[in-house]
Order: sequence, then C-alpha cells, then structure tokens
Amino acid sequence: MFDYNFHWRPVLKNLPDLLAAGLTTLQVAVLAMIIGVIVGLGLALIRLHMRGPLRWFASAWVELARNTPALFQLFFFGFGLGALGVHMTPYAIVLSALSFNCAGYLAENFRGGFQAIPDTQIRAARSLGMTAWQTYTRIIIPQVFRIVYHPLTNQMVWAVLISSLGMLVGFRELSGETQALASRTYRIFEYFAVTAVIYYLIVKIILGASRLLAARLFRY
Amino acid sequence: MEPTISFFFDFQLSDLWYLAEAAWRTLLISALSITIGTVLGVVFGWMLFEGRWAAALFLGPLLDVFRSVPLIIQLVLFYNFAPIIGLVLDPFLSGVVILSIYCAALVANVARGGMEAVGPSMRRAARSLGMSYWQDLRHVVLPIGTRAVFPSWVGVALGVMKDSALVSVLGYVELLKASQILITRTQEPLLILTIAGAFYFALSYPISRYAANLEKRWAS
Amino acid sequence: MIEIRGLEKFYGSLQVLKGIDLDVPKGEVLSIVGASGSGKSTLLYCINALEAIQAGSVIVDGIDVHARGTDINALRQKLGMVFQQWNSFPHLTTLQNVALAPQIVKGKSRAESREIAARQLEHVGLGDKFDVYPSALSGGQQQRLAIARALAMEPEYMLFDEATSALDPELVGEVLDTMRLLAEEGMTMICVTHEMSFARDVSDRVAFFHQGVIEEIDTASEIFGSPKSEHLQKFLSKIR
Repeated sequence: MFDYNFHWRPVLKNLPDLLAAGLTTLQVAVLAMIIGVIVGLGLALIRLHMRGPLRWFASAWVELARNTPALFQLFFFGFGLGALGVHMTPYAIVLSALSFNCAGYLAENFRGGFQAIPDTQIRAARSLGMTAWQTYTRIIIPQVFRIVYHPLTNQMVWAVLISSLGMLVGFRELSGETQALASRTYRIFEYFAVTAVIYYLIVKIILGASRLLAARLFRY
Repeated sequence: MEPTISFFFDFQLSDLWYLAEAAWRTLLISALSITIGTVLGVVFGWMLFEGRWAAALFLGPLLDVFRSVPLIIQLVLFYNFAPIIGLVLDPFLSGVVILSIYCAALVANVARGGMEAVGPSMRRAARSLGMSYWQDLRHVVLPIGTRAVFPSWVGVALGVMKDSALVSVLGYVELLKASQILITRTQEPLLILTIAGAFYFALSYPISRYAANLEKRWAS
Repeated sequence: MIEIRGLEKFYGSLQVLKGIDLDVPKGEVLSIVGASGSGKSTLLYCINALEAIQAGSVIVDGIDVHARGTDINALRQKLGMVFQQWNSFPHLTTLQNVALAPQIVKGKSRAESREIAARQLEHVGLGDKFDVYPSALSGGQQQRLAIARALAMEPEYMLFDEATSALDPELVGEVLDTMRLLAEEGMTMICVTHEMSFARDVSDRVAFFHQGVIEEIDTASEIFGSPKSEHLQKFLSKIR
C-alpha cells in the first residue's frame, strides 16, 4: 500500500522561490492589517458615535465581513467588481478582500475595546484641559490598543491564513506559487507539505514576535 | 470546453434550483463536520484539561498545527495524501475528514476553556458531596462549562460553516463552487454572488446575533 | 472668583439643580454636604463644563464658562478636579500621569513637565513612586496621584468630588491630610464631601444641599453648631 516514492529534491530546489512567495504572503497580510486597523478604527467610531446613513454603511460592512465566507469576499472583489467594470490585478483583489475582512473583524474588537474604557477616564482627561482629540489619542486609544492587542495578533494570523485563498484568483503568494510549481512537476503532496511547514513557521514567528512586543509595550 | 455563444444564457429559474441544491450540500457538509468536530473537540479538550503529559506533549502541538496552517492547504494535502496510503476518498469525504479535524482543533481550545471556567472550589464541593469523578464531570463541569463557552462554540461552528466553502477546491460543488460555475456560464457575477452571499448571511447573522445576546444576558 | 447665578440642570425631564446662586471668592475653602443624589456632584461638573447647563450662568474670573466661544480647555486649566473614582491613567507611570497634561495642554517642554510632575508628586508624598504604574498603588496613593496631576496644571481652583468616598477607611486619612495641606497653602477649594470632620475643621464655609437647592450656607461653626433648617438638622442627626 505504501508504494509511493516521495520526491523532495525538486521541492527543496525551489525552496528559495517558496520562501520569496512566503514574503509576499507576509507583505500582503501586513498591508491588509494596516489598512484594516485604520479602517476598522473608523468603522468602530462611526458605529459608536454616529447615526444615520454613515452608521448603516459601517454596520453593513462589519456584518458582511463577519457573516460571509472570506472566499465569497474574494470572489466579490474579483468577479463581482469585474462586472461593474473595475478590473484589478490579483494582488489588488487579494489585498482589498483581505483588508475588507480585517477591517470588519477589527471594528468589532475596537468597539468592544472602546466600550471597556470607563467614561470617567474621558472626564478626567477633559478636566485637565485636554481636547477631545488629545483625550482620544493620548488616553483612550493607548488603553484600547492594549485590550485589542491579543485579538489583533489573532487577526494577523488569520490574515496570513486566508491570504492563501489568493491561489484561487491567480495570485502568486505562497499558496499560488506552490500550486504553480506543483502543477509543473506533479509533486503536489510534497510541495504542499513544505508549504504547510512554511505557513506554520510564519504563524509561529508572528505569535512569538507579538509576545516579545507585548512584553516591551505593556509594562502595566 | 470552448465556450460558444450558446453558453451565454441569462440566469434562469433552473439555475436558482441548482444554487439551492448546492446550498443544501453546504449545509450538509457543515452540519456533519461540525457535529463530528464538536464531539472530537470536547474529548480533546477534556484530555488537554486533564493535562496528562501525553496530551500536553503530543495532542496540544498536533491540534495547534491545524490552527496554524491554512485550511485550503490542509484540504489539498489530505486529498493528495489519502491515495498514497491507499485510501480512495471522494471530495465530499475528504472535506468532511479535514473540516472535522479542523473544527475539533478549534473546539478543543473552547472546551478546555469551558472546563477551566469551572473553578476548583466548585469541583471540590461536588466531590465532597460524594460524587464520583464522572458524576462531577457530567453534572457539574459540563453544564457550567457549556454555559460559559457556548457563545464561543457558536462562533467556531459558524466559522466552520463559512470555511466549508473551501472544499470547493477539491471539486465538491457546494454553494460557492456552484456560483463560480454559474458565473462562468451566465456572466452574471453580481446577481449570483448576491444570492450566494445572502444565503450565508441569512444563516450566519441571526445565529451570531443570538449568541451575542446570550453572552450579554449570561454575563450580567 | 467663581460666581454662579440661577443655575438649572436637567437630566431629561428630571431637574437636579433648581436654581443655584453661589459665590466662591479666591482663597476660600467651601465644603458642600448633603444626602446622596441631592445634586452636589453635578454642581461641580457644571462649574468646569463637564456637564452642560439648561439655565443660569457660571462665571470664573469674569469668563462665562458655558457661553458659546469660550475656550473651555483653557478655562479648565484653572479648575483642577479630583474625582471619587480617582481615574489615574493606567497605561502611564505615576510621573507620566502627572507630566502629560502640562506637556500637551500647556505646551511645556518634556523636561520641564517632568520637573513639575516630580515636584507635585513630592508635594503629595509620592516622591518615591515616580516609575511605578498606578496598578501598583493603593487607592489612597492613587487619589493623591490624582491631586498631584490636577495641581501640575497650576490651577487657581480645586474641585473635589467626594475624593474619599471610594477609599477603604484606613486610607481616607492620608488623602484628607493632603487636602488639608492644600487648604493651608491658600488654595481655593470646593469640596463635595461626606467627611463632616473635614468640613467642620478645614472649611471657611459649608453649604448644605437638599434636593437640588442650597438650603443653608454659612460658616462651619454655624452650620454644625446651630443648624436652622429642619432638613439640615435631620441630616446632621443621622450623620452623628
């Protein structure tokens, strides 16, 4: 039953290509997280403080991102927008779908974070003469950031994992590159096994870096 | 197959039926995987909770792998690995196996959290009443732990339901795969994606809201 | 000088302040006593505009606090405030807690802000705690930190909102001592308090609040020695 011969050499020969693609994965995930944090913060503040159309828009974004498959969102930014005449490169499709997804999830985390900060913190800051902007940037957001730090790390891992869907729209990140190389040699299992290891290492590196950073950032 | 002009039909009623069937397959594979995954996950969670060295040394890291490698890679790997060891599985069964293990890996963490939420003092109280280990587990730990993590479990289950879309890479025609096929044929991506998205949303949104409300009610 | 005229405050349809008239001259220590929910704390919040008002006016050194166009952030620098829940900023060290506002609100240099902070922390007896985070401080220490933080803005008035109510009994003394010290230094203070001994010993005047109005205001010895209104007599008899 075990008459299959594993061939690892062609895979290892292409390891540099795979690692380079791994960097692309990391890059698109980090970019999506940066966009996701900024947009998610905005969505959270809109949902907390505003009424009317803008709030409906923010709520729709958050609920759609959280209640539909990431693959659906990718298809939407690929085929769906294509039908509207917006044609994007695979990179742009993956980045926008990933950012959309991250922003939606992070918005909920931020919202919970803001709600966890007592109003009295705002009063204390304002009583010292701080402006609303100073209160937010110097008092509220640093505290919210700590509350959402752990979910933020998880979302970063999630962004790396779902960036793998890029292979379905022809994006040559780690999975896409693996698929392209594997289809040339028919060593599908070997290629994807090595790729799985690379993903595992990327995730471990992110978690380790996050833990180190947290130890430096949060001493209180 | 060469697409000829005759393939560009508009969207028809029969296509809607086609989508409905695919949606049913999404439900089927999700329900099956979530059920198996939850049972396995609770057992794994209990093993991790009891903290025997074997569980800590092998089971924990093993489950961690399934949380650290993209699901799509797991699916491709397993689908290509099964024939190597002489298993011939169709896409559906392969999907069920991987989705179940993936679900179990996520549920294990949730279940362990639930068991840990039942404090040692409560368990001592139960044992002091003369309950056996299993009676304590059955009548004290499970009911209290379930209540503590039920909302998290709902989140995991909905996540698996959405992630079941990825089984499409193996050729299993679930909702998103069916949508993709229809899009290629009818060239009406917006309409078809809207229908598919609405299905996921209609399933996920009410349940997640229900879980969030439960969490709020139980917290206070 | 703080001048309050005909001040009215509503929460929805509930009126919590029903026409307050009050003058607090420079250098005075005024204690405000009364049952919970009588509107004492709300009055403080109206003085530095943390709460909006519906009628009347609050004038601080000739500036109308609630008028449109008043630079409220500049005005609040004159009005230091200490809260019942001390509200230290948990993500900043003790020194940073105090140095932040002088730096970003007053625009002082980092070095100067830290110097001011250090001086104020010494002042309230936290000279050995510069680099600890508030979570490592006791409630009393956190409350003194809050006092130092307000003092670092070099305010001309200090508003104390039940500064000792949330503290464990054994920690009340150190905070009251700090407040006493401030009073002796000539700070103008308005203290909402449940500490009758503090009100009696330290204040120049005591105001008795009852259901949104100042029912009686006089020197401490008059208020405690010969209370006139029936409510005040009842209030004092319950306290003792």
